[in-house]
Amino acid sequence: MRRLSPTLTSLAALTFICSATLTPGASRAQELAYSQVERGRYLTVAGDCKACHTDLENDGVPFAGGRGLSTPFGTIFSSNLTPDDETGLGHWTRDDFYRALNEGMDRDGHHLYPAMPYPYFTLMTRDDTDAIFAYLRTLDPVTAEVPENELPFPLSVRRSVWGWKLLFFDDEEFVSDPDASDAWNRGRYLVDGPLHCGGCHTGKNALGADDSDEYLRGGVLENWYAPNIRGGENGGIADWNPDDIVEFLRDGRSRHTAPMQRMGEVVALSTQHLHQEDLEAIATYLKSLDDQPRENQAEPDAARVEIGEAIYFDNCAACHASDRSGVPYLFAPLRTSNKVLAEDPSTAIRIILGGARAQPTEAIPSVLAMPPFEWKLSDDQIADLMTYLRQSGDRSAGPVSASQVSEMREYLADEH
Amino acid sequence: MHSLTRRHVMRLMLLGGTALAVPHAFAKEFGRGAGVPWAPSRGEIPYYGTSSDRFFTPEERETVAAICARLIPSDEDGPGATEADVVTFIDRQMAGFYGRGQHWYMKGPYGQGTATQGYQSEHPPAILYRSALAELETYCASQHEARFVDLSEDQQDTVLTGLDEEEIQFEGVSAKVFFDLLLKNAIEGFFADPIYGGNRDMIAWRYVGFPGTRYDYRDFVNHHGKAIPLEPVSLMGRPGWDRP
Amino acid sequence: MTKQLPGVDIVLVGFGWTGAIYAEKLTAAGLNVLALERGPWRDTPNDFATTFAQDELRYYWRHGMFQEASQATLTFRNNSAQTALPMRHWGSFLPGNGVGGAGVHWNGQTYRFLPSDFVARTHNEERYGPLPEHVTVQDYGVTYDELEPHFDFFEKICGICGQAGNLNGETVEGGNPFEGPRSDNYPNPPMQMTFSQDRFASAARELGLNPFPVPSANMSRAYVNPLGLQLAPCTYCGFCEKHGCGNYSKSSPQTTIIPVLMQRPNFALRTNSEVLSVEKAADGSRASGVTYIDANGDTFFQPAEVVVLCAYPLENTRLLLLSQIGEPYDPQSGDGVVGKNYCYQVMSSATVFYDEEFTNGFVGAGALGMVIDDYNGDNFDHSGLGFIGGGYIACHTTNARPIESHPVPDNVPSWGSRWKKAVRENFLKTTSVGVHGASMAHRSNYLDLDPTYTDTHGRPLLRMTYDFTLNDRRLTQHLTPIAQQIANGMGGREVKVNIRRGSYDSVPYQTTHNTGGTIMGADPRTSVVNRYCQSWDFPNLFVAGAGLFPQNAGYNPTGTVGALAYWSVDAIVNQYLRQPGPLVQP
Repeated sequence: MRRLSPTLTSLAALTFICSATLTPGASRAQELAYSQVERGRYLTVAGDCKACHTDLENDGVPFAGGRGLSTPFGTIFSSNLTPDDETGLGHWTRDDFYRALNEGMDRDGHHLYPAMPYPYFTLMTRDDTDAIFAYLRTLDPVTAEVPENELPFPLSVRRSVWGWKLLFFDDEEFVSDPDASDAWNRGRYLVDGPLHCGGCHTGKNALGADDSDEYLRGGVLENWYAPNIRGGENGGIADWNPDDIVEFLRDGRSRHTAPMQRMGEVVALSTQHLHQEDLEAIATYLKSLDDQPRENQAEPDAARVEIGEAIYFDNCAACHASDRSGVPYLFAPLRTSNKVLAEDPSTAIRIILGGARAQPTEAIPSVLAMPPFEWKLSDDQIADLMTYLRQSGDRSAGPVSASQVSEMREYLADEH
Repeated sequence: MHSLTRRHVMRLMLLGGTALAVPHAFAKEFGRGAGVPWAPSRGEIPYYGTSSDRFFTPEERETVAAICARLIPSDEDGPGATEADVVTFIDRQMAGFYGRGQHWYMKGPYGQGTATQGYQSEHPPAILYRSALAELETYCASQHEARFVDLSEDQQDTVLTGLDEEEIQFEGVSAKVFFDLLLKNAIEGFFADPIYGGNRDMIAWRYVGFPGTRYDYRDFVNHHGKAIPLEPVSLMGRPGWDRP
Repeated sequence: MTKQLPGVDIVLVGFGWTGAIYAEKLTAAGLNVLALERGPWRDTPNDFATTFAQDELRYYWRHGMFQEASQATLTFRNNSAQTALPMRHWGSFLPGNGVGGAGVHWNGQTYRFLPSDFVARTHNEERYGPLPEHVTVQDYGVTYDELEPHFDFFEKICGICGQAGNLNGETVEGGNPFEGPRSDNYPNPPMQMTFSQDRFASAARELGLNPFPVPSANMSRAYVNPLGLQLAPCTYCGFCEKHGCGNYSKSSPQTTIIPVLMQRPNFALRTNSEVLSVEKAADGSRASGVTYIDANGDTFFQPAEVVVLCAYPLENTRLLLLSQIGEPYDPQSGDGVVGKNYCYQVMSSATVFYDEEFTNGFVGAGALGMVIDDYNGDNFDHSGLGFIGGGYIACHTTNARPIESHPVPDNVPSWGSRWKKAVRENFLKTTSVGVHGASMAHRSNYLDLDPTYTDTHGRPLLRMTYDFTLNDRRLTQHLTPIAQQIANGMGGREVKVNIRRGSYDSVPYQTTHNTGGTIMGADPRTSVVNRYCQSWDFPNLFVAGAGLFPQNAGYNPTGTVGALAYWSVDAIVNQYLRQPGPLVQP
């Protein structure tokens, strides 16, 4: 990894250098000449802005907004970020834009719904938001009226957001820890700021805000369990080394598992395009997060484990191997899987029922998919299979009941 | 709360894969940088003839069952076509695309052909069965004044040998073509996955020692000529998957 | 009415192995490539997932992934005195259909032909004198040395598992001592062998022969190919040939090329789109594109700068005949080229039955085997034998799929109690030593259009006129006893010899190695395409596949098919694009 000059400790300079180092051999002058616009583009990739601000379902123009984002509270339509005077950010200033990202306020002083992840973006520096703004100004203006949000009263009143923000939103700048390494600080900034990892991986309270006690310890949304991604002692990815994290984010493959579904999309649109130094910084930071030791759960019924083992051997060994060691970089080893052994087994159950695909990336375009078993295995069978896997892993993670499987089965049936 | 918005991203991914939801019959364009289409779907799960439709009349079914019971007899060495319910397999096959000859080239003109030219009957399998079974009963009636099912096992074997060795000829269809097809279908029914109606309880796989639809024998490559003790498993599982 | 479409740089007819190879290289060169595939899209999770891929009835006996004979079959006769009749359902061979073609359901045995195979006429005539009259064996016009880098690349794309026997001229222990010099090792080590291969290898060594591992496209370990695509380790499940691989452990266009292509903006694939004919420009100097029909019955004219025929050999031949491109072959005069030199493969075997030992054939893989090449090509002295060519002799353990594989000893009836008992007694206790014989071209074996039978679009079916030749018969008579001798040394209770006798029979499955019909060569009077697989008639028309083989060697064809495709597309990129026109002056 490229070492940064210890004299450049101010955050702005650090950010600038980190995101500007594309080629390790490039001269410092070239690095500094790297344009603000390019840095802004890079940050929109890191923040995965395009995914929400493009009406992808209808082949919309990138960044022209209009995408319906459904929340448990109703549908919110993303805004047009192109510099169109009427419907986009044409009349916006850098100050307006900074305020949107930092305070969750639009140009007219209205509160933005926190579907826009400003609780994370608020950590971004003024330099960064200016760079993003500069990049967005280079886009072709597109006239695209954004539909009205479909929210019930009182949420339809934007002032209701004020209350939410009062409770859950802190407008804070990122403060680097002078005792920690540059990489660690950079990593924390990326994780908590632009990448907004906690959006999925941190548990939420009843009003959808992050529960700080659950920081990156795994979260559940829409019956997906985004696993614990703390990499220190007892963390969900304690057995991952920093290279594993980098490979996972860059190539869409690691020894342990591959990004699938939602995380697959994040890797496809965002992290595979990030600089190596930034990925290493993310890994450094995640590896520093220790966690509570997890208690072994009660041993399940031995008969269920035996049945589960039979089901495993007959169905799963074809890819994951009879000893559950998998094939590194292809098929996940299951003995250590943080999805299988998670407190909440939703994701593992869901994948067994509905299948999943390892995200193809530019580095590894292979399309490896796990087939669905919903037509082949009953609720009892999947429950016993999961119970076996959770019993035979690195720790005893507790049994899974047939009703957990049947609830997921019903949910998936409703989805389709 | 932002994360909830990812539901739509997911939906997009699903939409991105709808190519596969479109019936294969329609022309479809892939590529142009869109990646390999994918959607979490069950795929083309087993369906070949799995419906429980029947084709044979009760009498035809009896006769076919009786023939199968002689081709693959139940004896002291083990179960046969009867225990495996091969007749149900054949009945379902005849009721499906196979019996209709739907995937076969069935345009005329029809010629006699040489043995090396293969099946040249103008009848798809189901109709061939029906015609041949009628002629078989006619033959049995004329020779033995009985239906095939009422003949003794030895008499049945003699009749079947007559078909196999072309000593018995039918009028409208080839007795030999019928016999060969029925023997082939009976073996299929004996050994095919139980989802198709035959090989009931994997009885034929157990009989010969075939472990079925397993997909990983890495642990057994070095068997050094020793038996591999594995129970058979079908596409829909085996008894060991269920709680007692 | 035919709809006119916007033009493309390259149109590929068919999208199996060769279509994927041409598409990858041509899109990498920046060209706009469109592939037209008659069959449907096919991929692992939807069409052959591990949850249902191991279904023998569906995939083999009900032809789950093959061309449907109802759409188009061919007519067959043993000789031109007979009336050809349609193959109403498939038997002796199984043409593929859909994306990936037969590359989805092949076994994965991936050989290089011998250097002498590419110069079969000159080599054999130099050594043994003139070939008999009517033996229409020819040189390829391209040499092994020219193809070597392309063999090497195809092996790396597929991750072939094997043991080199000749590395840059140095003999390497354990490999094939007869193979042409290789510039590099196989990218992966050989597969693990089982009991049967061990017995075969010792028996062969006992006879002074040189056994080596079959080069396999079933993976011996996880592998990433030069395009960044992953292959998983083979699990020896025994559902390889006639089946798609559910766990990404067999090389196929799907696993080794297509995912990369699908990311390229200059590549497009249209499925369920069957090309009806290659169209000619008004001045008759070049191909102008192709006409195809989609599943709705709409027809389209797709203009293209270059047309490449990447369908199965039988279909490529038919397409040229239907399009009236090139002179059809006339067996009476021996003139003409399209449909000439149809060849096949002459298979025979010796089955070993054991009493005590279990061969456990279900622990198998498509290309799991040990093989000897001592009797292939011209690796042995043919003086006085009355034939040329040879074949490999191998002990494969590919499957124990019970409908297909339930051998019984000699003198067992084909049904009844004795048959049933014999099936049970021997099911787990047999193995086979197979002879994979070459098939030499003969004036009387050829392909043309059938005068009577038509496909669903009303176009004439292809007519195959084929029988084993004297060369074939002598070859199999010479090699089968050697297989039997090896089999005898394998310690079984008894050996049953399955010799190839009588006329070619289109009914029992033998192999899907149909070759010729669009042969390559150095002379436009005796070949359809030149040494770069470029049509002698239209310089912007290329042909791929085993139809190029002037005669069939004693190997599985795919390795050579892949090498020829890379060789040809290399010529398009590095020569033709710079100066479009004939790459060889007639």
